[in-house]
Amino acid sequence: MADVLDPYRPRASLVHRADPRVKVAVAVMSILVTAALPLGAWPSYVLLLAAVVALAVAAQLGVGFTLRRGLIALPFALAALPLAFSTPGAPVLSLRIGPLALDATLAGVERFLSVLVKSYVSLQFAVLLTATTRFSDMLAAMRALRVPRLLVVIFGLMWRYLFLFAHEANTLRIARDARSADMGAKSGGSVAWRARVTGGMVGNLFIRGYERSERVYQAMLARGYDGDIRTFALRPLAPSEYAVLAGGMAILALLAVIGILFG
Amino acid sequence: MERAPLIEVSNLSFRYPDGQQALVDVNLIVREGERVALVGPNGAGKSTLILHLNGILGSQDGHVRVAGLPVAGEHVKRVRALVGLVFQEPDDQLFSPTVFEDVAYGPLYMGLPEDEVRRRVERALAAVGMEGYGDRVPHRLSAGEKKRIALATVLAMEPSVLVLDEPTAGLDPRGRRMLIRLLDSMSQTMIVSTHDLLMVRDLFPRMVILDRGRVVADGPSADLLRDRALLEAHGLELP
Repeated sequence: MADVLDPYRPRASLVHRADPRVKVAVAVMSILVTAALPLGAWPSYVLLLAAVVALAVAAQLGVGFTLRRGLIALPFALAALPLAFSTPGAPVLSLRIGPLALDATLAGVERFLSVLVKSYVSLQFAVLLTATTRFSDMLAAMRALRVPRLLVVIFGLMWRYLFLFAHEANTLRIARDARSADMGAKSGGSVAWRARVTGGMVGNLFIRGYERSERVYQAMLARGYDGDIRTFALRPLAPSEYAVLAGGMAILALLAVIGILFG
Repeated sequence: MERAPLIEVSNLSFRYPDGQQALVDVNLIVREGERVALVGPNGAGKSTLILHLNGILGSQDGHVRVAGLPVAGEHVKRVRALVGLVFQEPDDQLFSPTVFEDVAYGPLYMGLPEDEVRRRVERALAAVGMEGYGDRVPHRLSAGEKKRIALATVLAMEPSVLVLDEPTAGLDPRGRRMLIRLLDSMSQTMIVSTHDLLMVRDLFPRMVILDRGRVVADGPSADLLRDRALLEAHGLELP
């Protein structure tokens, strides 16, 4: 279970060793630049994709790792499909569904594909970041980047208990399956009945989570928690790390300019 | 000469908001260096009593004093540094993203300087035989490892009293044996709540039986454990 949920892939690469603050800053900026690129800026899209894949290879994850994981975004990008039909221009494809006539235009198709590629590329930066950076390091980086401390603590607790929660859900599922004998063609009762069982399981998880939160809070109190959030100070970035940060930002700026010129 | 009482519970009663009366007029004095086991059936009030020892639950009736300090108001933070509380479920106790951060939590909140915190984390992890586990994430630890690290999170605060809720529950025989040996190596005053009467026999010279929120017996474990009628009357059994 932990392996499915934990995206971190330990390797001894330069990308893994890079300071998490630099990685988080560059990854977030990459996503912002990708999102802000104009539609149809194909050279920039390709260069960004090449950058992700190059970094993934440098991180010893292989060529396909980020490319495969980025596919998760595709179903969501389908929400942009209407763009292909709603943008005015020369029709390239006509669909007739009963009385409804839909014309896909060249400009529309380009818009749709741009959104598709942009979301695919953005997600790959996130995949690369989480595969090469421990979650605890990302939390420290978020603190360094002035994400509100309470929010960082909540991310941390969510991460810590996500695994436990998944484990509990799995235990409940096994308990249900153990009592769901297959009696031939029609088993498991009606949809309403199944929904009730599932609802009960979700409610059960909620109560368990709620009770656990109380006990965790007591454990925090027992060790002196007083509402203030205290953590170790982070060491300052080394000049070489600033150089990497500046280099990453410069490349992104260049890609943005290319995108604007060719878009 | 009798040593000074470290923990004094006098006439303590407690009722949960849902109306359940968890403790009734409990009196208990624990002196420095003592090892005391709290035993009794589920729901007897052991955990509730433990939560009073460092002010997690405020006393409604009666008093709790630790090293002479009332467990209330301004003294609570000091008391929490004196009384190290290890919860039954290590997943509740280990709430940080890494083992290091978890063990450092208590010392950080005591306001210690960072290098002292680091020293204490190292010492605490060494004391439970888990050196080098600092970078690990809690969800990849075994139950026994979690229990030992939960103990380390408290040892790092260098408390005078260790209070443990069911320390051997949920451990396999080997994990249990390791934990008992570990507890035996601790020099602090110790209070545990447990169903593990064999551990009580081996490790805790004094035993307090709680039932339905009341102290029904308090004396040398060797004597109480021989009293079959008493044990049976309160749902206990020496295997």
